[in-house]
Amino acid sequence: MLVDRLPISVLRDRYVPGGWDVLAFILVFAFFLYLAQAAHGLTGSLAGLEATPISLAPSALVGYAARTGLRMLIALVASLVFTFTYATLAAKSRRAEVLLVPLLDFLQSVPILSFSIFMLFFLRLTPGRVAGAEMAAIFLIFTSQAWNMAFSFYHSLRSIPDELIEAARNFQLSPWMRFWRLEVPFAMPPLIWNMMMSMSGGWFFVVASEAISIGSTTVVVPGVGSYIALANEQRNYGAIGWAIAAMFVVILIFDQLLFRPLIASADWFRLEQEAGLTPNRSWALTMMRRSRFLGLIGRAFAAMLRAGMKPRRAPAVPADVRALRHWDARFGDLLWYALLGLIGALALWKMAAFVHGDVPVGEIGHVVVLGFITLLRVAVLIAIASLIWVPIGVWVGMRPQVASIVQPIAQFLAAFPANLFFGFVVSAIVLLKLTPDIWLSPLMILGTQWYILFNVIVGASAISPELRYAGQNLGLSGWLWWRRLALPAVFPFYVTGAITAAGGSWNASIVSEVVSWGRETVTAHGLGAYIHAATDAADFRRVVLGTVILSLFVVTLNRLFWRPLYARAERKFRLS
Amino acid sequence: MNAVAPLNLAPLLDVQGVNKSFRKPDGDELVVLENVNLTLRPGEIVGLLGRSGSGKSTLLRSIAGLDPPSGGVVSYMGAPVVAPAAGITMVFQSFALFPWLTVLENVQLGLEALGTPEAEMRVRALKAIDLIGLDGFESAYPRELSGGMRQRVGFARALVVHPNILLMDEPFSALDILTAETLRTDFLELWGEGQLPIKAVLLVTHNIEEAVQMCDRLLIFSTNPGRVVSEIPIDLPQPRHTQDPRFRALIDRVYVEMTARPRGELRTGSKAERFPGTGIGTTLTHVSSTVLTGLIETVNEPPYSGKADLPAIAEEQHLEVDDLFPAAEALQLLRFAEVAGGDMKLTEAGLQFARGDFDERKKLFARHLITYVPLAAHIKRVLDERASHSAPKSRFFDELEDYMAEEAAEQTLRTIISWGRYAEVFAYDDNRQAFSLENPA
Repeated sequence: MLVDRLPISVLRDRYVPGGWDVLAFILVFAFFLYLAQAAHGLTGSLAGLEATPISLAPSALVGYAARTGLRMLIALVASLVFTFTYATLAAKSRRAEVLLVPLLDFLQSVPILSFSIFMLFFLRLTPGRVAGAEMAAIFLIFTSQAWNMAFSFYHSLRSIPDELIEAARNFQLSPWMRFWRLEVPFAMPPLIWNMMMSMSGGWFFVVASEAISIGSTTVVVPGVGSYIALANEQRNYGAIGWAIAAMFVVILIFDQLLFRPLIASADWFRLEQEAGLTPNRSWALTMMRRSRFLGLIGRAFAAMLRAGMKPRRAPAVPADVRALRHWDARFGDLLWYALLGLIGALALWKMAAFVHGDVPVGEIGHVVVLGFITLLRVAVLIAIASLIWVPIGVWVGMRPQVASIVQPIAQFLAAFPANLFFGFVVSAIVLLKLTPDIWLSPLMILGTQWYILFNVIVGASAISPELRYAGQNLGLSGWLWWRRLALPAVFPFYVTGAITAAGGSWNASIVSEVVSWGRETVTAHGLGAYIHAATDAADFRRVVLGTVILSLFVVTLNRLFWRPLYARAERKFRLS
Repeated sequence: MNAVAPLNLAPLLDVQGVNKSFRKPDGDELVVLENVNLTLRPGEIVGLLGRSGSGKSTLLRSIAGLDPPSGGVVSYMGAPVVAPAAGITMVFQSFALFPWLTVLENVQLGLEALGTPEAEMRVRALKAIDLIGLDGFESAYPRELSGGMRQRVGFARALVVHPNILLMDEPFSALDILTAETLRTDFLELWGEGQLPIKAVLLVTHNIEEAVQMCDRLLIFSTNPGRVVSEIPIDLPQPRHTQDPRFRALIDRVYVEMTARPRGELRTGSKAERFPGTGIGTTLTHVSSTVLTGLIETVNEPPYSGKADLPAIAEEQHLEVDDLFPAAEALQLLRFAEVAGGDMKLTEAGLQFARGDFDERKKLFARHLITYVPLAAHIKRVLDERASHSAPKSRFFDELEDYMAEEAAEQTLRTIISWGRYAEVFAYDDNRQAFSLENPA
């Protein structure tokens, strides 16, 4: 129809701007302005970038924060695209699954520094341009965001209720329509939670992703991370303070404009409204819903998606072909597994040859010992953090009012890069002549301990009032109350939190076992320090060796310790 | 439709010799459906009545093209069904609504998938919503609705695409009695007035009263493997009244058919599953000792005094087929009662159990458990023989898996654990996943 071609603002009966529209307009145009400004630096030459060093002036931070924020946003979008493709393939194809899922497990355990050896690849992709350096930085942020999101999506796809899948098939939904109408909405609530976690992960490694140095090649892209790196180098406490403030503002903006609305709208996606849960509210979501302008954009987007949902009937397969297919499938499986085995063996051989060329066999034993040192550190720290945060988490979780204040604070603290504390830690260690092997350790759990707190709070708030009344009624108190009621009730939640915290701590070892403040560098023994030193020296063989050993540690621990513990917690302590 | 017309019409749906079996881990086949034949003609409501696990839902999924059979042919309007067909839609037990879509969007889903133009889609969806009594709820989300209203959405969603055949998978079993009754009558009324855009209905249910109230023909399914053991035509005019003597007589007849000894039991076969109750390979349905005790007490007391009509108990105790039949069968297995011809009669031991006190009951139960349930005797023997007097659960699980599917083995072990604990014949530690002779005391 002709009328549809007219600009929307002309059609008065359909489009009447309201109060929410003014706010929406301002925000949308501010966003475009921000995009334009932040993207401005992308097209320049690398030489130009090197000629304008990072400035510690607080005013420069505005631009830096904008660029860091944009990088995080791009990396988050990239992670989403990765999640939708990789996890979907893993969940839908039995053959892809056997390869992709363990691979994801492995990727999740690889520390960010090990990925930085790919930087040279990105630099060569666009010689002499900033774009290559920016891509490298975004790629590194991506590696600290993507894996847990993909895992969450894969897990959701595998747990869609049978009847919903059958209904989708019964009503002949095409794969594309099924994806957007069933699979994505179903997976949304846990995916959003994981996106928030990913964002914290990105911030935690913000320095490692913006100030990358491999041997003699150093690339510094302007941003909050490189600002912190320079402040550490120049021992500037004031600048550290400004960096914290800038980070706080960016995190707050992301929280208000992106995550709050997502959480609030995710309530729509839940299968059942859980009783006693206060609905999440978001002013930004209200704005999006009330603003007709944004509503029209949303409808246009929905129409675009629907255009892709045109029906496509699967060709009917005659019954007698099916028996034949069974054989084909078995033969195909055999071929596929043989191929995987072959590639795996080849890769192992290549890798061993690569590492062996320079590294004496005895060093492997040494690296394993370093792994055990880091393991000891992780284990002790998780134990200490549990002793502190479990009781606090239970106390907070039983008080919804307190919980609603504590949760966002803990979320902010989880994003706090360890590098911000380098000054205090190094000064304290040098001044008081402390042992670095012990006193550097707390940095490792700095960002990850909060996952224990988060999960325990959720667990404690899920204890039913009836159970608590029963406890009171029977006169449970003191240690008996903890032992018989609170601890068993939060145990499954605690285990989930501890798994996340432990995994994260292994990754954090690379920024917490080697710490610099000005010219002063303090080093602890451990696998993280080993990988750190290897990247500094551009010694790729040792980077690979250290990474493989670290991954083996993490994956083995997950399989032999955490998985059985989790299964047991699920079986024994979950009600129903 | 008049009564003679259906016979002259070609069947809409023709199921011939359908088999369904699953391959077990050890390579053996587990037969779920065996040689099922059925036809559905225009104007008919046909009911598939059977216990849970009798394969009736599997059959429905084969007909819907969701899960093709291993053998035999399902043909719809002359063409074989191998994928979901456009003219067959389904109403699900737990509604299967998309929680993130409104009532209207849920109803439009099937039309959207067919590529119906927006305007026509809306008109048709609103009409279906109107027909099924959901007016005013168009913009509500499923979680804002009661169970009954949710299932109305399920009906509207299935009807809006104007299917020839409507499949119903226990559509009322997740609802409370009153709501289910209302929905059934509403549906029958619309069907009777010819207002529904469908030609025939296939209903799966385990509720005997519901089956007799709604269907023109009933197919009764046996368990292990699922087969049609008998067909009962129901020619009562609609609306049917549950207190009508003819209605009661039909109900009695269904009970008689369902408690008849399956003919398959007499056949020879290579596996013990051919002989229910004779080997350790018998699948046990979980019934708690409390229910068993309660049933014995009910039958023992007046007005039954030892012998009761099953339909009467079902009505009095509000028990559905899925609760009553496993309990009655368990009592029969333990020789506390005999079940035949729709009646249940306590044996001498059953009467003694009813009279006994708590301890005597436990002793009697233990004796019968060891004597008549081979799996219990087997576990006890293994525990006695072992020096440690303990054995892992997996040992027995693996043995059971030779005879039955994984889920059935799991359920059988759960049952034997529960009965063994009540009888104090052996103990089970869930943390160690092991049986033992010692009790925590």
